[in-house]
Amino acid sequence: MANGYLDMQLLRFTTAGSVDDGKSTLIGRLLYDSKSIFEDQLEAVEQASKSRGNEDVNLALLTDGLKAEREQGITIDVAYRYFATPKRKFIIADTPGHIQYTRNMVTGASTADLAIILIDARHGVMEQTIRHSYIATLLGISRIVVCVNKMDLVDFSKDVFDKIIVDYKEMSKHLDIPDTDFIPISAKNGDNVVNKSDNTAWYTGKPLLEYLETVEIKKSENQEFRMAVQYVVRPISDKFADFRGYAGRIAQGVLHIGDKIKVLPSGTVSTVKGIYNGTQELNEAQEGESVNITLNDDIDISRGDYLVADDGNLPKVDNLFVLNICWFNTTPMQLRKKYIVRHATQEVQGLFTAIDFKTDISTQEKIHEVNELQLNDIAQVQLKTANPLVFESYKQNKVLGSLIFVDPFSFETVGAGMII
Amino acid sequence: MTHLNELEAESIYILRETAAQFQRPAILFSGGKDSIVVTHLAYKAFYPAKLPFPLVHIDTGHNFKETIEYRDNLVKKLGADLIVGSVQESIDKGRVKEETGYNASRNALQTTTLLDTIESNKFDACIGGARRDEEKARAKERIFSHRDEFGQWNPKNQRPELWNIFNGKKNQGEHFRVFPISNWTEMDVWQYIYKEKIELPSLYYTHTRKCFYRDGQWLAAEDCIKRRPEEEVVEKQVRCRTIGDITCTGLTLSTAHTIEDIIAETAATRVTERGGRADDKRSETAMEDRKINGYF
Repeated sequence: MANGYLDMQLLRFTTAGSVDDGKSTLIGRLLYDSKSIFEDQLEAVEQASKSRGNEDVNLALLTDGLKAEREQGITIDVAYRYFATPKRKFIIADTPGHIQYTRNMVTGASTADLAIILIDARHGVMEQTIRHSYIATLLGISRIVVCVNKMDLVDFSKDVFDKIIVDYKEMSKHLDIPDTDFIPISAKNGDNVVNKSDNTAWYTGKPLLEYLETVEIKKSENQEFRMAVQYVVRPISDKFADFRGYAGRIAQGVLHIGDKIKVLPSGTVSTVKGIYNGTQELNEAQEGESVNITLNDDIDISRGDYLVADDGNLPKVDNLFVLNICWFNTTPMQLRKKYIVRHATQEVQGLFTAIDFKTDISTQEKIHEVNELQLNDIAQVQLKTANPLVFESYKQNKVLGSLIFVDPFSFETVGAGMII
Repeated sequence: MTHLNELEAESIYILRETAAQFQRPAILFSGGKDSIVVTHLAYKAFYPAKLPFPLVHIDTGHNFKETIEYRDNLVKKLGADLIVGSVQESIDKGRVKEETGYNASRNALQTTTLLDTIESNKFDACIGGARRDEEKARAKERIFSHRDEFGQWNPKNQRPELWNIFNGKKNQGEHFRVFPISNWTEMDVWQYIYKEKIELPSLYYTHTRKCFYRDGQWLAAEDCIKRRPEEEVVEKQVRCRTIGDITCTGLTLSTAHTIEDIIAETAATRVTERGGRADDKRSETAMEDRKINGYF
């Protein structure tokens, strides 16, 4: 019993969709059919549906939690939802699909391993389908699953489904789309969501839930060790008088006792003496683990420094960058204005020296000669920082390649960047 | 990595970011399983150094005695600092007015005591054990959640939170609430307690208690809840699924003696844990309304 659930894997995925394509219904269905919805939640939703004059239980009310969302019947913010099957635990970042909420889609996509994109079978591939695919690609999501929904309204037609696949591939060929799969579903009736549907005998693939339970979760392609130092652990006690631990979360690779490591940006070299997770001493640790590392040499290391493998490729150290950014704030991004740049555990001042081009989010066309960026704009820009950063391209490593911009007065997060 | 290892690693990362980004962070400790897990994670994050956060307990004065015993033992074991904010004191000073009647609770009054405690201790980050799966308003809460000078949460203008980059920048007088176990579910918490063999207050296990039945749930028959004449006191085998103060903690009829029993019970249960919380039943958006004003 208890042990049976202790070794599940975790899959994070994002969903984007607009008002009527059934995204909230699909999530409601996944939660409901996997028994992740409890009786009192269902009761509350039934009551809320009734008081809003809905005839059926409106499963969307399960995910739209804020008062404003429930009043307007739309998803505004990113909502995180959780469910588990005996095989996996899932975290859904549920985001709105409207163009004015691009920043929320970008936010939801930033932590996802996979993106679900919904298409209404009656309407086929739309501008927003490609826009959502573009955002998923930009944020480096390695797998997209396209759910063709409302198949019940097109008589579960194989021709309709096949045409959507052809159209999607044609309309997205200019994007650097990762692995893509297609599933014909009816979220409302449950076809191919949890169980394989009798209505789509021609479909040979897996229903959505089984797909999510078995799809491979990709890690970073590169394997050289990388870790940003978050915190230096220095106990004030006689027992651990000489203990100096460098705490952080491993961004890439595997670390063993005895491994040779280099400290960046200083370039000092040492070897690994101990690896700890809490009180437990480990022989090795891998990508994703939060550890505390001790070294054989007494060297000066502080928050913001990197520990990296001493062999193979090293991250770059520079203060000039080309990056893709998405602007999040109603106050436009201005060239030459100083922003606070946060990158892994580093913080520096930065300013934009040029906007190479802005991308039309709907058509993905490049627009040149732009001087400022508005809320939800996506662009390729040039950034200069006051001090050098240790980095890699976002494609190579998401931790070392991502950064956010903070306004120096309001301290709001005003933008996000991915280093090219 | 298993899901529990990944959740643990994420939470430890968040706790270390909190220690690094703030001057005076503190753990809001209720004595419930979630804040116990957060404290355990914090212990692991900084071992062998001492916990860099004091434990702050907002005491309604209506706590189970088991909670207070557990709290005092844990503080001693960890060598941690304990700061208690007393709701009774807020009442005595006239900062808040006590509710009266059968459903009177000091739950809402806690907000004032909490904000006063934050201000007088100059805490700039309060670490809490809230989880996004608990309640619909919490599903939208950030991990680093900004509070203005009045301690208010603005759900419509939250800072976007991307990747694992947390923005704890703030102006004078503002503070943050930090939720390291945002992405855990009730089941994850129980599995983790099992895996790490974390000691819990005895209230979580079955015991015999004098109870009475009201509005579909069992409550403890203690002096701090005024009973209606028809509400009969009986002895039952119960346990707590969540622990708040006595007035808002529903008791579950249960014979679960061990964590394994509790996990099995949790897996089979059909009602959310907050389904036993009287404080959430006041309206459809009771939690959002309280959170906006500065509640946990």
